[in-house]
Amino acid sequence: MADLLSSRNLRRWLPWVLIVLAALVLPVILPPFRLNLLGRFLSLGIVALGVDLIWGYTGMLSLGQGIFFALGGYALAMYLQLNELKPGELPEFFSLYGVKSLPAFWQPFNSPLFTLIAIWVIPALVAGVLGYLVFRNRIKGVYFSILTQAALLVFFNFFNGQQKLINGTNGLKTSTARIFGELIGSDAMQRNLFWLTVVITVAAYLLCRWLTHGRFGDALIAIRDDEPRLRFTGYNPTAYKTVVFAVAGALAGISGALYTVQSGIVSPQYMAVPFSIEMVIWVAVGGRGTLIGALLGAVLINYAKSLVSEALPETWLFIQGGLFLLVVLALPDGLVGWWRQGGPGRLIAMVGWPPRTATYPALDLDPQVGAEQDQLERRGGGQG
Amino acid sequence: MDLLYDTLFNGLAIGSVLVLAALGLAVVFGLMGVINMAHGELMMLGAYTTYVVQNIFKAVLPEALFPIYILVALPLAFLVSGLVGLLLEKTVIRRLYGRPLETLLATWGVSLILQQFVRSVSSAFAIGLVVAVVAGILVPRFTPKAWWQQRWTPLLGTGSWIVTGLVGVVIASVLGEQRVFDQPWFSARNIDVTAPVWLRGSIDVGVVNMPAARLFIIALTVVALLLVNWFLQKSVWGMRIRAVTQNRTMSDCLGIPTEKVDALTFLIGSGLAGVAGVAVTLLGSVGPNLGGNYIVDCFMVVVLGGVGKLAGTVLAALGIGILSYVVGSGSLLLVWPAMPEGLNTVITFFATTSMAKVLVFALIVVFLQIRPAGLFPQKGRMVEA
Amino acid sequence: MRKTSLRLLGGATALATSLTLVACGGGDKAGGDFDGEVKVGILHSRSGTMAISENTVAEAELMAIDEINAKGGITIDGKKLKIVPVEEDGASDWPTFAEKATKLIDQDKVAVVFGGWTSASRKAMLPVFEAKDHFLFYPIQYEGQECSKNIFYSGAAPNQQAEPAVDWLLKNKGKDFFLVGSDYVYPRTANTIMREQLKANGGKVVGEDYLPLGNTEVAPIIAKIKQAMPKGGVIVNTLNGDSNVAFFKQMKAAGITPANGYSIMSFSIAEEEIAAIGPEYLEGTYAAWNYFQSLDTPASKEFTKNFKAKYGDKRVTNDPAEAAYMMVYLWAAAAEKANSVDDNKVREALIGVSFDAPEGKVTVMPNHHVEKLVLIGEVQKDGMFKILENKGFVKPVAWNQYVPETKGYTCDWTQNRPDAGKYKM
Repeated sequence: MADLLSSRNLRRWLPWVLIVLAALVLPVILPPFRLNLLGRFLSLGIVALGVDLIWGYTGMLSLGQGIFFALGGYALAMYLQLNELKPGELPEFFSLYGVKSLPAFWQPFNSPLFTLIAIWVIPALVAGVLGYLVFRNRIKGVYFSILTQAALLVFFNFFNGQQKLINGTNGLKTSTARIFGELIGSDAMQRNLFWLTVVITVAAYLLCRWLTHGRFGDALIAIRDDEPRLRFTGYNPTAYKTVVFAVAGALAGISGALYTVQSGIVSPQYMAVPFSIEMVIWVAVGGRGTLIGALLGAVLINYAKSLVSEALPETWLFIQGGLFLLVVLALPDGLVGWWRQGGPGRLIAMVGWPPRTATYPALDLDPQVGAEQDQLERRGGGQG
Repeated sequence: MDLLYDTLFNGLAIGSVLVLAALGLAVVFGLMGVINMAHGELMMLGAYTTYVVQNIFKAVLPEALFPIYILVALPLAFLVSGLVGLLLEKTVIRRLYGRPLETLLATWGVSLILQQFVRSVSSAFAIGLVVAVVAGILVPRFTPKAWWQQRWTPLLGTGSWIVTGLVGVVIASVLGEQRVFDQPWFSARNIDVTAPVWLRGSIDVGVVNMPAARLFIIALTVVALLLVNWFLQKSVWGMRIRAVTQNRTMSDCLGIPTEKVDALTFLIGSGLAGVAGVAVTLLGSVGPNLGGNYIVDCFMVVVLGGVGKLAGTVLAALGIGILSYVVGSGSLLLVWPAMPEGLNTVITFFATTSMAKVLVFALIVVFLQIRPAGLFPQKGRMVEA
Repeated sequence: MRKTSLRLLGGATALATSLTLVACGGGDKAGGDFDGEVKVGILHSRSGTMAISENTVAEAELMAIDEINAKGGITIDGKKLKIVPVEEDGASDWPTFAEKATKLIDQDKVAVVFGGWTSASRKAMLPVFEAKDHFLFYPIQYEGQECSKNIFYSGAAPNQQAEPAVDWLLKNKGKDFFLVGSDYVYPRTANTIMREQLKANGGKVVGEDYLPLGNTEVAPIIAKIKQAMPKGGVIVNTLNGDSNVAFFKQMKAAGITPANGYSIMSFSIAEEEIAAIGPEYLEGTYAAWNYFQSLDTPASKEFTKNFKAKYGDKRVTNDPAEAAYMMVYLWAAAAEKANSVDDNKVREALIGVSFDAPEGKVTVMPNHHVEKLVLIGEVQKDGMFKILENKGFVKPVAWNQYVPETKGYTCDWTQNRPDAGKYKM
C-alpha cells in the first residue's frame, strides 16, 4: 500500500502540504460553527500532546492536567477583561460583590506581554513545583495519579469559591471582549484564531517531536519502562520527570488559553474531575506514545462527542465508558499504535487475504505463533 | 470543654462516614494495588438497593415492619454491590493484573457506564440488555465448533457480539414504544429514601446533641471494622488475603489460590461500598451522581492511611473528619478569640465548607512530603516496582 | 498518515450517521395543515446534576409548543407556521451551554432559544447571545442585577421573591437571620441583597455559609447555626440541587426544625424537589414562589391536569415549569404581534404583551421581566404548599434598590438611549 507514496520526499512533505491546504481550505468550506469546533478540538490536541509526553512516554498518569489548562485560560481571560477598560474602571462582575478596587494579582495582567508569558510560564511553574515535591519523594504510579487529582480539587474549590477574586463559578467571559478593536466572538476573529491554533498546534507537535527523539526522549522511555535501573545507571529521574511535567503544564496552559478564546468563557468547570480524565482517554484512543495519536484522539473523540450529544445525549456516557474499556482491554496502543503494528494487515489476513510475509508463512501466519509472540511482548512489559 | 466534646463528636461523625466509605477501597488497594474508580458507583448501587427495599417494605409488608427496613437493606446492599464487584473483577480487572494505571482508567469507564445505567434503565432497556448478553454468550454454543478455530475467529467473535448487541437495541426500542416498558426505573432524578422515624431524631448526651443517624453510622462503622478485622485475622481466607497482600509470588508458590483470593477480596471490598451506600442515604441525596461526592475523599483516606493496616485507614479518616470540621466551622476562633489579626483573617478565610476542603487537601499533600507512604507504610524489604 | 486519518474520519462519520438513523428511527409523525415551520431552540441540561430540575422545565416548554401547534401554530403574514423545537443538552456544564447556544444560532438558525436554569449557565450563554445579537428566554427566578437586551426573564426578580419573603419573615418570624447557600453566583448575590435589605429594615445577619455544589457534609454549617442562634431564628436557604437533601436530612436529625423555633425559608425548593427530598423532612418550612400547584384557579388546575396527562400521573407542576410554559406563549404572542419571527422585531413587540398564565394574567414590562404574582407558602404533609400569603402582582425591578452600587438605576428597553439597560433614574 505504501507503494503509492514510494518517493521518500513526497512522503515527507505530503503531510505538511496537506496541513497547509486544510488550514487554508477548511475555513472556506466549513460553516463558522463547525470551524470553531474544529479549532477548539485542535487546541485540546495540544493539552493531549502534554498528556502523551508524561503518560505515553514517561509512564506517569496525571489526572490533574485541568489545573494547568484552566490557569492558562484564566491568564488570558483576565487580560481580556482588563483590556479596553477606561482607567479606574473595573470588570463588571466585581460590582456584584461590592469589590471597589482591583485585587493586586490582577494588576500585571494589564500588560499584554506579561500575559503572553504568563499563559505558559505560570502553569509550567505550578507544574514544576508540584512535580518536584511529588517526584522528590519517589511518589509514583497510582499515588501520583491520586495526588494530582487531589491537587485538581484544591484548585477547583478555590476558584469556585472565590467570587470576589476571580468571579467564582461564573468564570470569566471573553467573547464580548475586544482585541485590536475586533470583537472576539465575531466570525472573522474566530477564523484568525483558528489559523493561530493550527500554527501553534504544529509548533507544539514539533516541540514534542524534538523532545522525544533524542537522549531526553530515551531517558523518558527508560523512566517508564524501568525507573530504578535508570537511577542505578547514574541518571537522576526526578529532574527529567519534573522537566517533562512542567513542559506538559506549559502545553496545557497554551491549550487552555486557545480553548478559552474560542469557546468564549473560562470557568472552574475546566478543572472538573471528569474533564481531566477525559484528556487521558483522548491520548489512549489515539495511541499513547505516538504524538500524532494524541492529536488525532483529541479531535476525533471530541468531534464524536459533539455529534452524539446532539443526537442522543443519554448514550454518550455509555459510549465513553465503553471506549475506556475497549482501549484498555483490546487496543492498548490506540488506533495509531494498532495501525503501526500492522493491525490492518492482520485484519485483512483474518478474512483470508494472505499478507506479504517477512519470514516463513508458517511462522508469520500461524495464530499459535502469533499468540505466543504477543505473550512474550506483554511479559516484557514495554509498549513500543 | 463543651466545644471540645462537640468537635470530637462531629469530627467522629464525619470521619466515620469516611471510614465506612474508604474501608472497601483500602482493603482492595492493599491487596491488589488497584484503585477502583467505580467504588463510588458501587456505593450508589447500595443506596439504590436501600431505595428498592424501602419501597418493597412500604408496598408489601405490614407497616409495623417498616422501621427495620434499613437493617434488611444492609446485607442486601452488601450482596448487590459485592456481586457487581465480583463481575467487574472477573471480566475486567483480572485481565489487567499488574497494570494499575490501566485498571484505574478501565474502572473509570465502568463508573460512567454504571451512572448512566441507573439513569436510563427501564424494563425495555433491561430486557434488551439481558437478551443481548445471553445471546452473545450462547452464540459459540450453537455454531459449529470449527468456526471458532479459524484465522477469522476474532472477527467472528467481535461480529457476533455486535450483532447480538444490535438485536438487544432493536428489542429495547421496539419494547420502548410501549409506555409500560419505557418508564425508567429510577430516572435521572434523585430518589427519595426516607429514614425510619427512630433514625430521624436526636439524643442529648450531656451538652452534646447527637443525631440518631450519626450514631447509627458510627455504630455501623465500628461493627464493620470489627467484622473485617476478625475476618482478616481469624479466618482461613483472611489469613490467605494477608499472605497475598504481603507477598504475592511467595503465596502463589505455597499453593494459595491467588486468583480466588483476589476475587474474594474484591467482592468484600465492593460489598463494603454497598454498606456505605446504605449509610449515606441517611445523610444526603440519593442519585446517580452520589458516588462522585465521596470518591475523592475516599482516595485521600487511602493515600493518607497507607496500605499496611486498617488502623491507618481509620486514623486517616478520623483525622480528615476532625480537621474539616474544625476548619469549616471556624471553631478555632471561638477557642481563641484574641488571636492576632493576620491569623484571624486566614482562619476566617478558610472557615467555609468549600475553603475547608481546599485547606484539608492541601495539608494532605504537605503531609505526604514528610511521610510519602502514608501514616502506616507497609513494612518489608521490597524492590520498588 | 493521510490514509489513517481519512479512514478514521470515515469511521466516525459512519458511526455518527448510524446513530442519527437510530435516533430518527422513531418516525416523524408530522401532520396538520401548516404553511411552513419555524425552529426554536430548547437548551436545558438533560444529563448531569441539573437534569433533575431542568427536565421538567424542558417538558413544560415542549408542552406549550405542542399546545400552540395543536391550535394551528403561529400565524405570520397570514401563514400558519408550525413551531419545531430543536433540543440540545447543556449537560449541567456551563461552557457546554455556551457551545450549544452557538450551535443553535449558527447551525440550526433557530428564531429564539428557550433555555438555562442556573445563573452560571445564563451568564455563560449571555456573551454568545450578545455577540450574535440573538434572543434567549430564561425561565428561572434569579438574583437580578442584570438587564440584557438579549435576554427575556420570565422568572422572578429578587423583588418578586426574595425581598417579599424577607419582609414577611421579618414581620412574622424574627429578626435574626442565617443565610445558607450553594457556592455560586445566585446565592452569593441574593444574599448580598438580603444583607442590605435586613440592614435597612432592622434585621440582623448572624451568619452566612456556602456549600460547594454537590457537597453533602453539612455538619460544620449546623454547628455554626447552633452557635449563632441557639434558641431558634430564621434560616434562609438558597442551596441548589443535591445539597438540599443533605441539608434537610441532617438539619432534622440535629433538631433544627420548625418545632424548635427555627423558621426555614427556601428559594429553590418547589413541589418537584419536595417529592425528591421527602415531605417529612420539609413539612413546616416555607417557600416563596410566583406559582404553586395548589393555587386554586381554573387556569392553574387546567395546567396541572394537562401536564399530568402528558407526562404521568405522579408528576407535579411547579413555578419554574409554569414560567417556562408561559414564556413560550409570550414569545408566540409577541411574534404574532410583530408579524415576524425575526428576533429584533419580536423583541420590540414583546414589551406590553399579556398572557393568561396559570398564575393569572401576566404582562411583559419594559425591562424584559414579567409582572408576577407573589406567594408565600408552607410545605404540607402531602408535598404541596399551603398558601399563607398572597401579595398580589408585583412589578419587577432588575437593578436592586437596597444594594448601594445599583441604587437609583433602572432599565427600560423602550427608551431610545445607548445605556437603556442600566441608567440613573
